[in-house]
Amino acid sequence: MIAALICVSSIAVFLQFFVSYCRSILASSRKVELSARVREVSGIASHDVAADDFARLLQLVRLCPERGDDQTEIRAVGTYYGLLHVLGRVARPLIPGVAAWTEQERRSCSYFAAVALDRRISYSRDLFTQQVAERL
Amino acid sequence: MLGPFDYGLGLVGFLAEIFVVVCLVYRREFVRYLPLNFYMLCDAFVTCGLFYSVRRFGPSSLTYVYFYYYSDSLLMILMFWVIIKLYQQVFDEMKVSTQIRGAALILIAATALFSYGVVHQNRSNLTGHFVVELGQNLYFVGVVLTYLLWGAILKLRETRTRLIQLVLALGIYFSATAGTYALRNLFPGLQPSLLRWVPPIFGMWLPLAWAYTFTRIPEDARLATARLLEKHQ
Repeated sequence: MIAALICVSSIAVFLQFFVSYCRSILASSRKVELSARVREVSGIASHDVAADDFARLLQLVRLCPERGDDQTEIRAVGTYYGLLHVLGRVARPLIPGVAAWTEQERRSCSYFAAVALDRRISYSRDLFTQQVAERL
Repeated sequence: MLGPFDYGLGLVGFLAEIFVVVCLVYRREFVRYLPLNFYMLCDAFVTCGLFYSVRRFGPSSLTYVYFYYYSDSLLMILMFWVIIKLYQQVFDEMKVSTQIRGAALILIAATALFSYGVVHQNRSNLTGHFVVELGQNLYFVGVVLTYLLWGAILKLRETRTRLIQLVLALGIYFSATAGTYALRNLFPGLQPSLLRWVPPIFGMWLPLAWAYTFTRIPEDARLATARLLEKHQ
C-alpha cells in the first residue's frame, strides 16, 4: 500500500519537475528575437515557428559547426519534444485540452531550435571571418 | 553481471561529479556550495568503492549488495545536507536557519524509525529488506523535501535561475529514484530487466545537470518562476 502510494506520487512529482526543468531551459530562448537570416534559411520568413518545424530546424542545427556549449540543452529539449509528441498523439482523441497544451509546448521547443540555429549560424560566420582575416 | 553500459554510466557520472567540484573550485565557489561539493566528492569515492567491490567480490556477492545499498542510504543523508543548504538559500532573508536544520534532523530520524518499524513487522527477511525499505523511504522524504522547497520557491517568487535549476534537477533525481524503489517493492520481477537501469541513469543525470547549471547559468541570471507554470507560454 505504502509502496503504491510512493510510486504514484513520485511519478506525478517527476512529471511536474521534468516539465518545469525543460521549461526553464526553453525560457532562455523566449526573449531572443529571431534574425531575418535564420528565418530565411529555415523557410519560416512568412509565418511563426510551427510545432512541426522542430525536426527540420534540428537537422539544420546539426549541419552547422558545433559551438560546444549547447549540445546538452539541445539534447534535453529534443527528449522533451519527443515525449510531448507521443503525449499529444495519445491525448488528441481523448483529452483535447492536453493535446493543445502539448502543441503549444512543441512550438516553444521549435522556437528554441530556431534560436540555437541562429546562434550557430552567427558562430559559423564568425569562424569564417576569422579564417579570412588570418589568411590576409 | 555488469556490462560495458553499467561501467559507462558509472564512468560518466564519476567524471561529471569531479567536473562539478573542479568547476566550483575554479570559480571560487567551493565554500559557497560546500555541502554540494562534499556530496559530489563522497559520491565519486563511493563509485570507486563500488568498482573495487565488483572487481574484488563480484556483482552478485553480498558484500557488493550491502555496500551498494548502505552507501546509497548514507549518501542520501548527505544529500539532506545539500537540501538544507538550498532551503537556507531560499529562506536567506527570513533568518530561519536553525528551525530548518532542526526540522530536517527530526524528519531523518522519523524516517529511520518508520523504516525500522515497517521491517520489524516482517522479521523473516530482515536486513536485506530493511535496506530497500530504508532507501525507498529516504528517497521519498527527499521527494517531499524538494517538493516543499519548490513550493517555497514559487510562493516566494524566487528568481535565481541557478537555484531554480539546481532544485528542479534534484527533484527529477529524487522522484525518479523513489518511484523506482517503490516499483521494485511492488513488482520485484521488473528489477533485473528494467528497473536496475533507472538509478544509475539518474545517478548520472544529477551531476550532469548540475555541471550544466554551473557552467551555463551565471550566478546573476534571473527567471520568473510564474512563467514555468503558465498553461500557455
